[in-house]
Amino acid sequence: MSSLLIQHGRIIDPASGLDVVGDILIEDGKIARIGGSGGSADETLDATGKIVAPGFIDMHVHLREPGFEQAETIETGSRAAVAGGFTTICCMPNTMPVNDSPTITNFIVERARQLAACHVFPIGAITKGSQGEELAPIGSMKAAGIVAISDDGRPVMNARVTRRAMEFARSFDLPLIQHCEDLNLSAGGDMHEGLHSTRLGLRGIPSASEDVMVARDILLAELTGVRYHVAHLSTRNAVAMVAFAKKRGLAVTAEATPHHFAITDAELVNYDSNYRMKPPLRSECDVTAVIDGIVNGAIDAIATDHAPHPAGQKMQELERCPFGITGLETAIGLSLEALFHTGKISLARLISLFTTGPDGVLKLGRGRLTEGGIADVTVFDLEGHWVYSSAQSLSKSKNSPFDGRKFRGGPFATVVSGRIVWRRT
Amino acid sequence: MRGGLLGIEGLDRAEIDAILHRARDFQSSSNEAVGSTLHDRLIVNLFFEASTGTRNSFETASRRLGAESVSISAATSSGSTGGVLADTRKAFAAMRPHAVVIRHPASGAPHFLARHLDTPIINAGDGAHEHPTQALVNARTLLDRRPTLEGLRVVIIGDIANSRIARSNVHLLSKFGAEIVLCGPPSLLPAGLAGLAPGVRLTSDLEQAVRDADVIMMLRVPLDWKYETPMSADEYFQFYGLRHEHLQLAKPDALVMHPGPVSGRELSAEVAGLERSIILNQVENAVAVRMAVLEWVLQ
Repeated sequence: MSSLLIQHGRIIDPASGLDVVGDILIEDGKIARIGGSGGSADETLDATGKIVAPGFIDMHVHLREPGFEQAETIETGSRAAVAGGFTTICCMPNTMPVNDSPTITNFIVERARQLAACHVFPIGAITKGSQGEELAPIGSMKAAGIVAISDDGRPVMNARVTRRAMEFARSFDLPLIQHCEDLNLSAGGDMHEGLHSTRLGLRGIPSASEDVMVARDILLAELTGVRYHVAHLSTRNAVAMVAFAKKRGLAVTAEATPHHFAITDAELVNYDSNYRMKPPLRSECDVTAVIDGIVNGAIDAIATDHAPHPAGQKMQELERCPFGITGLETAIGLSLEALFHTGKISLARLISLFTTGPDGVLKLGRGRLTEGGIADVTVFDLEGHWVYSSAQSLSKSKNSPFDGRKFRGGPFATVVSGRIVWRRT
Repeated sequence: MRGGLLGIEGLDRAEIDAILHRARDFQSSSNEAVGSTLHDRLIVNLFFEASTGTRNSFETASRRLGAESVSISAATSSGSTGGVLADTRKAFAAMRPHAVVIRHPASGAPHFLARHLDTPIINAGDGAHEHPTQALVNARTLLDRRPTLEGLRVVIIGDIANSRIARSNVHLLSKFGAEIVLCGPPSLLPAGLAGLAPGVRLTSDLEQAVRDADVIMMLRVPLDWKYETPMSADEYFQFYGLRHEHLQLAKPDALVMHPGPVSGRELSAEVAGLERSIILNQVENAVAVRMAVLEWVLQ
């Protein structure tokens, strides 16, 4: 019997509306008591002046294992996750081989059980090899542990295949997560199409490449009744369409990444590949719309799309560099900066975007503090100033545009199943 | 010593003026070395893309200033992860050149080198971004025939979307108060161009574009429609090819500039044959301007 007492923190649990200063007592990996004070435990964590919240969930992470272990592994990625305040992460299937079979799903689940610093839930492919043609064995993968299906990075261009995948996803009660990008419209693109791409002589990825697929998929979601989730939503029109779908009562949800609401395409000034990702950094008006979507509820969750790439792949011309940036360790800092310190949303709302939001999509039964529940707790602070250094990152890869950025508030300590797995030093 | 020359956009009017003035001093120079202002300097010409004119003029310019130059042609097709540019960076650490002149098919390749090397980098054309020395050559050539660029109505016609020459010219002409009209098929004329610099207007109507023009700059017709939906050559020439009737709409003394060699794809044979107006890329100015640039960067 081991116990942990998290003392004197401000406990906020959006699911129950709780917001009190007090202690959380954890025994044997389960929450024994929420609130009150006193009691003794084997170990204590002083959370005075800090926020104590349900364990954060990142529903969109690339762990690169199996196949790209030079970029990241389940072990290193999960360590970066807990350093970013996450207790649960979901990994996308674009590994090598693609997670399109129960064999790979089992491998990931087993590796995570042995090595991961936090809970890891795999997301299975929609189609075999994410080639967009033949459906993957969705039911068998669910039995092996997947919590959603997605061909992230390789959007399903064929509307008929998408429709059928949605029908299966619905019957297996899994959400379908789409990376919305019409590949014909975006072909060859390096960055968001607009003034800045024109000035830099880089090929553009128009907002419309995202919009048309969100529109198509919402219509197909209506047709099939699937739970449909838009990954890393980044455009003004996509936000509006998701809001419209919700208004019509469809089971449509969406996530936004911190980089899509914290910075714009104007930041890509010096052809630095650390600003290159898909969807690309968008214009000011898109960023404003994404923030509005977070404020008014069109957007349900914040997810990082943590996409590690080894340094070697960044040492080349921008147009050859792979898309994607790391994001686990900067997510809370950026969210506080862009959403909370600016007064856009309340603290409870911010926490819900990392907890009940993603849990509502994935139905993991996480993201809330309940006595008797799994003791996943995220402790973060609102005011402490710190500087992010990608060199010090626990991720195997360092491709972050936020190296050297000053943050106000961020992760303080992370508790997974009752154990302190990370704390700020 | 300056950091290099990555683009016209980052220069101010005084800097451009200084280079153009200095270039005039070099116009009349013979093939003999005119000086030794860059004596003992090593300049590396690094060409990742075929170019004869630009490369020759940089080599000649270096020689005339007494500098030593080494030209390296590199292929970009090797596709190795880690990249040719990273290898280049290591090679230069040993060679220690005083300046690197780079031509590369990727926009931003010179900026990548500049970020990772202390050596001044001179951009000899990067992807669809900038070709600053070519814009300076064009400006020198115009100023040989007109007293000022201010108030000139300059129309640039062709594949603007993929043209580094167009972008550099727009930046330069705009800084000097010229009025700029960009004209091309809508698929090659992205709306973002209007925000490139003050004084820029876009149109896909050739007649409207050339009306009252002082200068007409022709770009080569795109032969590579990578990623873009191609249009037929006939259709292109019919709507964006410069013919005699268009010249009637321009100012009577309008100059037509063309990078040469002239093909029948963007100009009618009739226009190409007009002695009064057509100016091909001038070898003499190409060398003189690049001498001025090398000196400006290295002194």
